[in-house]
Amino acid sequence: MSATGEQAQTGVLEVDGLCTDYGPVRAVADVTLSVEPGRVTAVLGANGAGKTTLLRTISCLVPAREGRVRLGERELLGSAVEDVVRRGVAHVPEGRGVIGELTTEENLRLGGLWRGAPAEDLDEVYELLPALRERRRQPASSLSGGERQMLSIGRALVARPSVLLLDEPSLGLAPLISARIMELVRRLANERQLAVLLVEQNARSALAIADRGVVLNLGRVVADADASELADDEDMRQAYLGF
Amino acid sequence: MSAIAARARVGRARIGELTLARGLLLALVAAAALFVASELLSSFADLELAEGLYFFCVLAGLTVLTGLSGQISLGHGALMAVGAYGAALLIGEQHWALVPALAAATAITAVVGLLLGAAATRLRGPYLAGATLAFAVGLPALADKYSSTFGGENGLVVNPPNPPSGLGSSLPLERWEAWIAGAGAVIVLFTLHNLVRSGYGRAMRAVRDDEIAASLCGLRVARVQTLAFVVSAACAGLAGGLLTVVLQLASPGAFQLSLSLSLLTAIVLGGLGSLVGAAWGAAVLVLLPSWTRDIANSFSLSTKVSSNMPLAIYGLVLVVAMLAWPSGIQGGVRAGGARLRALVRSRRGG
Amino acid sequence: MTRFIDLTLNGISTGTVYAAVALALVLIWRSTRIVNFAQGGMLMFTTFIASAVINSGASYWVGFVVALLSGLVLGALVERLLIRRVAGAPPLNAVIVTLGLLILLEAVAGMIWGNTPRSFPPAFSIRGYDVGGTRVLFAPNDTFIVLVVIGVAALLGALFRGTALGLRMRASAFAPEVARLLGVRVGRMLTVGWALAALVGSLAGVLVAPSVFVGPNQFDPILVFGFTAAVLGGLDSPYGAAVGGVILGLALSYVSGYEGASLVTLAALVILLAVLMVRPGGLFSTTRERRV
Repeated sequence: MSATGEQAQTGVLEVDGLCTDYGPVRAVADVTLSVEPGRVTAVLGANGAGKTTLLRTISCLVPAREGRVRLGERELLGSAVEDVVRRGVAHVPEGRGVIGELTTEENLRLGGLWRGAPAEDLDEVYELLPALRERRRQPASSLSGGERQMLSIGRALVARPSVLLLDEPSLGLAPLISARIMELVRRLANERQLAVLLVEQNARSALAIADRGVVLNLGRVVADADASELADDEDMRQAYLGF
Repeated sequence: MSAIAARARVGRARIGELTLARGLLLALVAAAALFVASELLSSFADLELAEGLYFFCVLAGLTVLTGLSGQISLGHGALMAVGAYGAALLIGEQHWALVPALAAATAITAVVGLLLGAAATRLRGPYLAGATLAFAVGLPALADKYSSTFGGENGLVVNPPNPPSGLGSSLPLERWEAWIAGAGAVIVLFTLHNLVRSGYGRAMRAVRDDEIAASLCGLRVARVQTLAFVVSAACAGLAGGLLTVVLQLASPGAFQLSLSLSLLTAIVLGGLGSLVGAAWGAAVLVLLPSWTRDIANSFSLSTKVSSNMPLAIYGLVLVVAMLAWPSGIQGGVRAGGARLRALVRSRRGG
Repeated sequence: MTRFIDLTLNGISTGTVYAAVALALVLIWRSTRIVNFAQGGMLMFTTFIASAVINSGASYWVGFVVALLSGLVLGALVERLLIRRVAGAPPLNAVIVTLGLLILLEAVAGMIWGNTPRSFPPAFSIRGYDVGGTRVLFAPNDTFIVLVVIGVAALLGALFRGTALGLRMRASAFAPEVARLLGVRVGRMLTVGWALAALVGSLAGVLVAPSVFVGPNQFDPILVFGFTAAVLGGLDSPYGAAVGGVILGLALSYVSGYEGASLVTLAALVILLAVLMVRPGGLFSTTRERRV
């Protein structure tokens, strides 16, 4: 399989007027936002606000009704799910998507198979996340929640993406672990110039590391502002962010 | 409170009576129609009618099981074998009269169905299909194992049923057989018609749609499913008994796996859960083989081809029906009609 | 005592064949959650093809290879043309499609080759080995059966464990959506999976054909045995399928030897029901209870 058949794009991720329907329900309604390389945009909101559907639409898991998603010069919508990663977008899904029946190392290898990633690329991840190296031969089902989250992020990195879509990475993690994951996300954005779209229910910890915050309610964008500005907005916090 | 409850009970009883009356009316109409048909038809066609009627019995039971209660059975051909051999032994060896022999054959099969059904309640989808498949493949071999009782490969032969002398000596045997099978089919129709509309029918649908919700509502899921299996096994047993009477033969070759799969095809064709569909399915099972034989003869195809043609069509129908119309042919005809109308309309518009 | 040993040896030989059928079913169940009831028809058809090739004068080995290759092609075609279209439908639909394919294949085979079972040559001699002056119920052909099944299973294991293709296939089976997000062409992997499974099934067909003969319905019991063996080992586990096949082969060999061959399929039914009642996840499952 040729790794160069599909040139991964870099540049700004732009979501423009995106709408997604689930049957009669409009789960994502006219969402517009953008993420630049090296920046983290947090997407916040209650359960059912449409956050997960937004990410699933961007990676073509569900079809969009209207709107566009561009990465640099290239339209992402309408491609096969398998091709999304080839265009530079790595999606770490809800519930982390670690394949428990495979070993840690197999999970990591899987991330780079599409581009024929050499073994050194795994070493790079192991250096970044040493806990994974110790467990490389163990089935991923034996990992702790935090380790799994690291594994799924590490696996996304092996794909050498320019955009990282993260769906609730802190869900079910102890606060300390969750904070470490958030730090990792920030570092990755800074060091690798990744554009990160971070979906979170835990608004406080997400805003602490994000550059920008977008608040969704019933599928619509109700606020789009600098992260610090959002975190200081008393009304916003009371109404949507719950802290 | 008690007054309301009493009124509700009266109301329910009235609805029950209404259903019963409607079922009775339906049965009478069906019986009359069958009588007239049998009088009009030739004796060969009467034989085909009789075959169709016993197929209706088993198909009606199977379609209620699969369509209403959501259980699949590949074993109904083998259950027919139980009824057929039961009737053959009772009539041929024990010299029982026709009606008690058929009733006993039905009861025996119901007991076998109870055993199978009790196991089936714990199985779902492919597991149930696999277990009943094993039953369908395994049971005919018993005829070989106990060949002194069951007659081995040749099976058991019984004497043709004698029409009562009161009906006159001119009554053709085939017409009498059609009447016997017709009586069985009418009983099955009446019973299932009422069952489907009774509380049990509702319980079966509830269990099919959502077992957990049904059990939370206080329904005993296992009991409802076992009952469905027993009823449909009884129908298969009666069908088998009637087959013995009509064909005067119960042999293992008649109850191979292909019979069970043909039955499945027939209910899929008719639309799962539909008693009318069961009648259509029965017609297909009887008429298709003779049609394909005629077609094969007119194209002078070999018997290899013509004898396998019906099975090939059944297989094709099952595959195509599931791919094209997941809700059965009836639904497919409706959907196809709608599409055709839309096409015509768009042609006219353009 | 010698009878018991004979039956045991015979059970091991037939059990490996059941294991191969079970393996074919398990590979497909793992990746598509479908029990391929058409497997009995598919392996019947490819064995008929081999029989036709051999009868036309070619050597046994040409027929053997043709059977395996035609299995590969048939499996891929079935997945592409039929299974892919019922992927999202209720499970009952997939069951009915595979059953429809089963009778369709049986009918077409009957049309082409007739319904009278015909003999099929074994690869090697079926005269039992001579052990200390007595002839045991285990022949060079049985050795071949056991070795070739073990060999194919080992090759498959190496493919799944040791290659990138195998990793992709396992990922597609366990977590199709995640696999797609990671760029794995899951549809292609399913096709390859069905092709490989059908190849294993075809192997079983050719191996068992000398003892059951080749005919449109001759392999129905083999399908039942394969399914039983697969359930015995837990439908999800290839190792379970292998062990389940051998256990079933032994059990059925004793039933056949002491009670008569015609009870064998019903005995399989009893074993099947017993396993499903007591350990629905199979004999080797670690999960305690699973709804079946």
